[in-house]
Amino acid sequence: MVADLSFSQEITNLMYASHGEPISHCLQCGTCSGTCPAVEFMDHSPRALIGMIRADLKEEVLASNTYWSCASCFYCNARCPAGIDIAEMMYALKRYSMWKGRSREGLIGPDFSEAFVKMIVNSGRSFEPLLAATYLPKFSAAAIIQEGLTATGLVLSGKMPLLPKKIKGLKNFRRMVRRIIPIGEPE
Amino acid sequence: MKKYAYYPGCSLESLAKGYHLSAMAVTKEFGLELNEIKDWNCCGSTAYFPVDELLAYTLVSRNLALAEKMGASDFVAPCSACYKNAYFTNSYLQSDTDLADHINYALEEDQLHVDGSLKVRHLIELFIEDVKLEEVEKKATHPLKGLRVAPYYGCQLVRPRKAKEDVENPRYFENLLSAIGAEPIEYANKTRCCGGSLIITNRKAALSMVQILLQDAVIHGADVIATTCPMCDVNLEVYQEQVNREFGTHYSVPVMYFTQLMGLALGIDPGRLGVGKSELASLQAKAVAQPAESQ
Repeated sequence: MVADLSFSQEITNLMYASHGEPISHCLQCGTCSGTCPAVEFMDHSPRALIGMIRADLKEEVLASNTYWSCASCFYCNARCPAGIDIAEMMYALKRYSMWKGRSREGLIGPDFSEAFVKMIVNSGRSFEPLLAATYLPKFSAAAIIQEGLTATGLVLSGKMPLLPKKIKGLKNFRRMVRRIIPIGEPE
Repeated sequence: MKKYAYYPGCSLESLAKGYHLSAMAVTKEFGLELNEIKDWNCCGSTAYFPVDELLAYTLVSRNLALAEKMGASDFVAPCSACYKNAYFTNSYLQSDTDLADHINYALEEDQLHVDGSLKVRHLIELFIEDVKLEEVEKKATHPLKGLRVAPYYGCQLVRPRKAKEDVENPRYFENLLSAIGAEPIEYANKTRCCGGSLIITNRKAALSMVQILLQDAVIHGADVIATTCPMCDVNLEVYQEQVNREFGTHYSVPVMYFTQLMGLALGIDPGRLGVGKSELASLQAKAVAQPAESQ
């Protein structure tokens, strides 16, 4: 019988590979929030989010857009006086919400990450137009037109290929991936 | 001639062709041999980690394994995101034997094995540490006199911290620009984030982050912004129009890879550096000394 873990313990466990101090060392000083370039677009500042995790406010944390607004710039990590790997904590929350299917509605981040990984395990390479199909439906009509114009400019200037690339050793590559995550039967 | 295993990354084949061209042309001038890793795969940027950490490290490790197989001692990435992923994966392979075992179990399927024995480096380090700035200055026969350049480090080149280096106020990019005769400008936000993939997942946030960078660089007199990463370059350049529309601004500041500016200072034909006609015209209008004409 597995013991019931508290939410803060679950997140701490998800950060096992982090090379920083545990979030229980947080001083609540707010250096992360003062440093974060995306903080004004977050429901809760990074400092508040850490406090909420430690208080086991699971539902409130999962409903927050904060961790999907993190750009992984690692500024908070560089400045945290307690040495916490805050960007890794944001990744841990992203993974947790994706595995549990609990991300807030309307966010592009979860779909984008999923589509990106699927694209890579299928071809080994990134191809921007394939990704666009996953996020464009969530854009406003005006934003779609904007994106279309930008993309057309890139194609015309030769910066956007029209055909996706694939690696040559794709068969072995996919067998390699299969040893890590289930991606269906070998072809 | 020192040899390096070169990992271009996906962007250098599409959005950042000019970075690839100029990197190859400039390294050649300095006698650095970049050998592209055969059949490399995507490094995952920031998009794998939200899904599966072990998968993220494994995909990066395949590239490291291919580079080790080449017999190279150094793995070089021109993209800051690729560099950061390769750097930390390589270092974890050395410090975490359990992780290394898991990864090597998966790599067996591709007849590969990784040791984490390489030195992982960003392209810009080669000029600072291997070539050295005196040599860069000597070779810069067409110095970019009077050109005011904003050195934009971005995030992942500098952070997370690797050792005891200065992550708050690095100076090596400024020094490199001085070595090619340009005038590096001082501005506070040189290591602030461009938004990265938020340009896709949170457009409003990313445009605002780009706007802050453009504003800071322009207020401090930048004629051009120099970048070390294709993501930064795309966000600052391609989305400049959208920033203008969103914020009612009128920015039209060229954004170029540091290798393109180096190439011009070395007198390499702009066409071989992927430097566009409009960029060249805008530089020539501003620089006292004229960069080489396109042939």
